[in-house]
Amino acid sequence: MSELTNEHSRSANATDERQRGGHVSSAPLLHVDDVDAGYGDVPALRGLTVTVAEGETLAVIGANGAGKSTLLKTIAGVLRPTRGEVRFDGRVVTALSAHQRVGSGISLCPEGRRLFPSLTVEENLQVGAYARRPGPWDLPAVYELFPLVAERRARPAANLSGGEQQAVAIGRSLMANPRLLLLDEVSLGLAPVIVRQLYAALPRITEQGTTVLVVEQDVHQAISVADRVQCLLEGRTVLEGAADRIDPAELAAAYFGVRR
Amino acid sequence: MNTVNAVVQGVLLGGLYALVAAGLSLVFGVMRIVNLAHGVLAVLAAYGSLLLGEHLGWNPFLSLLVVVPAMAALGYALQRALLDRALRGGELAPLLVTFGLAIVIQNLLLETFSADTQRLDVGAFGGASIELTDGLAIGWFPLLAAAAGVLVIAGLGQFLARTRTGRAMRATSDDQEAAQLMGIDNRRLYAVATAIALGTVAIAGVFLGSRSTFDPSAGATTLIFAFEAVVIGGLGSLWGTLLGGVVLGVAQGLGAAIDPAYGVLAGHLVFLAVLAVRPRGLLPSAVTA
Repeated sequence: MSELTNEHSRSANATDERQRGGHVSSAPLLHVDDVDAGYGDVPALRGLTVTVAEGETLAVIGANGAGKSTLLKTIAGVLRPTRGEVRFDGRVVTALSAHQRVGSGISLCPEGRRLFPSLTVEENLQVGAYARRPGPWDLPAVYELFPLVAERRARPAANLSGGEQQAVAIGRSLMANPRLLLLDEVSLGLAPVIVRQLYAALPRITEQGTTVLVVEQDVHQAISVADRVQCLLEGRTVLEGAADRIDPAELAAAYFGVRR
Repeated sequence: MNTVNAVVQGVLLGGLYALVAAGLSLVFGVMRIVNLAHGVLAVLAAYGSLLLGEHLGWNPFLSLLVVVPAMAALGYALQRALLDRALRGGELAPLLVTFGLAIVIQNLLLETFSADTQRLDVGAFGGASIELTDGLAIGWFPLLAAAAGVLVIAGLGQFLARTRTGRAMRATSDDQEAAQLMGIDNRRLYAVATAIALGTVAIAGVFLGSRSTFDPSAGATTLIFAFEAVVIGGLGSLWGTLLGGVVLGVAQGLGAAIDPAYGVLAGHLVFLAVLAVRPRGLLPSAVTA
């Protein structure tokens, strides 16, 4: 597993990317505006607002049940909010279904990886490209990013280890050439060394100008890759700030909902 | 010699059963729907071919050029207008809806064509055969029907394995929500699957109607044989369906060799035996439903 990713230093910073994209002063790429969403009578999100600028990497952290996955599902269109709206690239996408949102450039790498078990690794990646959005990511690019995935390309996806499956799942989401990549709990159930290898691929994804929203329980990992951090508790924002200026003690208190 | 003949004829008949069952197997594999109207839809196609023969003088094989696209279009519309809604109603709803649909179509056929038995006329070809040895002859028509079954199964297999739409169908069958996250519109995909299934059942209906007589109530038997072929082979597995069709055909052939009345019964008994011993079928698909 030592070669899960090509280690690569982060050559371009987010500011350059934003200028290249030409979206410096325009509206944010993603604007989740005052959203209530949830399952049944229990709202998992309560008036939550999340904004992500083009080229930015935002980490949404929080304990179990804070509403992180619900937020990603609402953005991806799997779940419809009961109140508020989701705007993407200035357009209201609240009424669009999940498959339509992929076409407009939102791709969710779901919690638990959710590979198609009866398809091979390569077929999983090909299905990821179903929407046929043009962009930098195709089979050779994903194989270069994750050399180990290339070696496993003919295997059924069900036969891979957890770390390998997660690499395939990220690659599959990239195949849609998203403008906004949503990563849900990449670290779930994986050894720390594997998680570090997977996150080492992130700079090479953001280099392409891709905006990333990661949801993590692994706070340290999330902060190390993000430009900005937003901490949720019971469906509300309790703390947000630049990743390199956030106070660990304050973050810990926010994470666990301890009053200070 | 009699046994060999029974097996050979059974294998050929099995190819035809596989042709009938292919669409049933595809729809089940992709959507987990058991389409109880499948048999009567085959009969509907046979009546379509009959009309083209009566009014335009078309040979049944020529009529496929019209009947297959027409049935595919019907399948697309049926899925979008009716079965999609049924799918949202839980596991039982599609069964009830397709059962109701079968009754409606059967009675419409009865109203339009009466209960008289009909037969499609393929001309002299229908009776021609190749004599292999003394007492063992293979009819051209059963051979063609079996070949059509193998071709349809192989074609569907290639379609699912190699095309973008086929891959998307397998992905949707594995995990519908994850497939939507890949940009797959599962409802459009389901409509395409039903269109293909009804296209293949149209071919099957024309072959069935040319092989023996049919009337509006023939759909029930057709459905049972197709369903048995699918279950014997393993739910959702196309090559399993071909194998299931052959097993069923051979069982019926051997049963009929003992006594003509035992043919269908022998098929049912083999079906029950397979269910008892290998409930998931002979070639179950790799992933559990």
